[in-house]
Amino acid sequence: MDIQEPGFWRAGAISTTAVMIVVLIFLSINSSQAIAVGGSHVPDYSVINRQIGYRYDWTRREDVPVIGGPQPLFGKVYNEGQATALMNRAKLVIQSRNCINCHTFFGNGAYYGPDLTKSWLDPAWHQIFMPMTGAKTQEEAMVMFLMDPPKYPTWDRRMPNLHLSEQDAQAVVAYLKWMSAVDTNGFPANFGMQGEKP
Amino acid sequence: MSTAEIGLYRSQKLALRYFTAAVILFGVMILFGFLSSLYYLHPSMLFKVFDFNTSKMLHIDTLVIWLLMALMGSIYWFLPKEIGGEIAGIRFAEIMFWAFCVIVAIVAVVFIFVQYGHADEFSLWFINQGRKYLEAPRWASLGIVAVLLTFSYNVIGSAIKRRKMTGILWVLCLDLIPLVLVYTDAFAAQTNMSVDLYWWWWIVHMWVESTWEVLIGCIMAMMLMEIAGTSRRIVETWLYIEVMLVLGAGILGLGHHYFWIGTPEYWLSIGGFFSALEPLPLLGMVVHAIYDAGSHHLKNTNTPAFWWITAEAFGNFIGAGVWGFMMTLPQINLFSHGTQWTVSHGHFAFYGAYVCGVIAVFYLARQKYTGIEHLHGKGWWWGFGLLNFGMLGMVMALLLAGMAQAFYGRAIGGSTLMAFTDASQNAWFVAGMWARTGFGVVFALGYVALVWDLLAIRKRLPQAAAVSSPEPA
Repeated sequence: MDIQEPGFWRAGAISTTAVMIVVLIFLSINSSQAIAVGGSHVPDYSVINRQIGYRYDWTRREDVPVIGGPQPLFGKVYNEGQATALMNRAKLVIQSRNCINCHTFFGNGAYYGPDLTKSWLDPAWHQIFMPMTGAKTQEEAMVMFLMDPPKYPTWDRRMPNLHLSEQDAQAVVAYLKWMSAVDTNGFPANFGMQGEKP
Repeated sequence: MSTAEIGLYRSQKLALRYFTAAVILFGVMILFGFLSSLYYLHPSMLFKVFDFNTSKMLHIDTLVIWLLMALMGSIYWFLPKEIGGEIAGIRFAEIMFWAFCVIVAIVAVVFIFVQYGHADEFSLWFINQGRKYLEAPRWASLGIVAVLLTFSYNVIGSAIKRRKMTGILWVLCLDLIPLVLVYTDAFAAQTNMSVDLYWWWWIVHMWVESTWEVLIGCIMAMMLMEIAGTSRRIVETWLYIEVMLVLGAGILGLGHHYFWIGTPEYWLSIGGFFSALEPLPLLGMVVHAIYDAGSHHLKNTNTPAFWWITAEAFGNFIGAGVWGFMMTLPQINLFSHGTQWTVSHGHFAFYGAYVCGVIAVFYLARQKYTGIEHLHGKGWWWGFGLLNFGMLGMVMALLLAGMAQAFYGRAIGGSTLMAFTDASQNAWFVAGMWARTGFGVVFALGYVALVWDLLAIRKRLPQAAAVSSPEPA
């Protein structure tokens, strides 16, 4: 076949595209299993009842979530159904309040506010917001902040009050805790470790 | 109705309406882009009244809509000539244009004055879906689907009705299938963020880095035949090569968005490898442009369109290809992802790949509308120079700011709130933000010069040249 003939390249375009689509479909089927709740990379929603950490794994050579022992959220243990209901509500809050056009989730979104992928693990909740709000626990401090962010500014870029109810704010806190347990292949690197490996 | 307008097909008159709407929205996009940049310099500006997320949303959504309108208008412009007559379903297309405008206007009013709702399905249906680029509420997304289906019917139905299927038409018709199909994810509300982002990227990536690239490839092919007299055999051969490389690299290049969203590790290798290949088809377009220009000794019938096509070829290769490659290898993306570095790439890529291309079509349409045989002159240089200079300046400023974030905020600071805050107060970041706004003003002036020049073409036209073609253009 003459490579100067358009037909040669037409055949190349069709066959290349077809092969790539087939490969993508197979990879998407496999990935869908991994990213489903309870899959290899995404924990059950009831993980919000457990301690969650983030440590460097010398085998994988990247930071990975570490799921620890019991740690009730808001002093309560949620079964999978209750946790799912909480997550459904949280996602509706996140979408209806347009959070992604200031923040990023897994690095996707807008860049005006900090990335929320591992926000639950941020030392700022203990170091800054608990003293500022007077809350006794991290989750209480997070709820107080989310319900009235301008009241607790940390710098000149402030988060507006998006009029979250207490239930809305609790759901979002639970969502952030669950999201911090998702295995993101080491993103973000060195979170909260300031460059030091444990 | 002008004498020149009489010589146009109804489809081309519709294209002119699409171009007018696109140019207006282009201006709105710049306005909200400029406003969004000011929040970085004056964070208290309009606080609680009109916050950053609303401004940013209007900036990126008008970007998508004006480019979509310009791309659709370009097809409506070239299609009659390609099929040798009026398109099928022109009446539906005309109705859907006005429906499209009404949808955009209502959504804009809701975004500006309502902004957000309660955590319920009503908000998703009627106020804001809160998914980047897909914020339009569901009712409006349904309307966009209807517009896209009508557009697809116009193209495919015309080819069938006229029993004419050129190579360009084949590519175009096949491209419309994924263009419409992937948009069906615009209604989803997945609780699981990993699943949500997985399919969200199918729309965003498959539109911007695949189907739109093919669409602009078809438009550029028809454009080159029109203004440079390039043979169909050459443009179709290059189009097939571009499709092969764009989709060959771009479909699995989707993987570079799957590094960090909870997907398996194999995406790091697949995404890294195929995104490294993604500049190749864009390099092919540069070779194509230089080849065509050289073979015709830069002779053409529309100088501004010719130079905007050349800018498109280089801008696409450098902005989408090189700038993308620079930050998508996983080892770099781990730190560059989600910083102003991404914004730098995004601006350069959209501008190079699409904005330059559709501006070339605007000039061609104005030439045909006014009946000028050869469109040359000097006025267009202002728009060309200021827009390109402004964009390059913004891209470099954002790169500077993004690198400061990647190094200080992510690599050293560890991405926490305090690391983010520190990096955002870093002198390089602050300087980058000021420079971005300054070059944004230059870009806005370029927009004004472009619009002025497009409108002035008719005014400066010598009466002798202002004759319409006896046949439709």
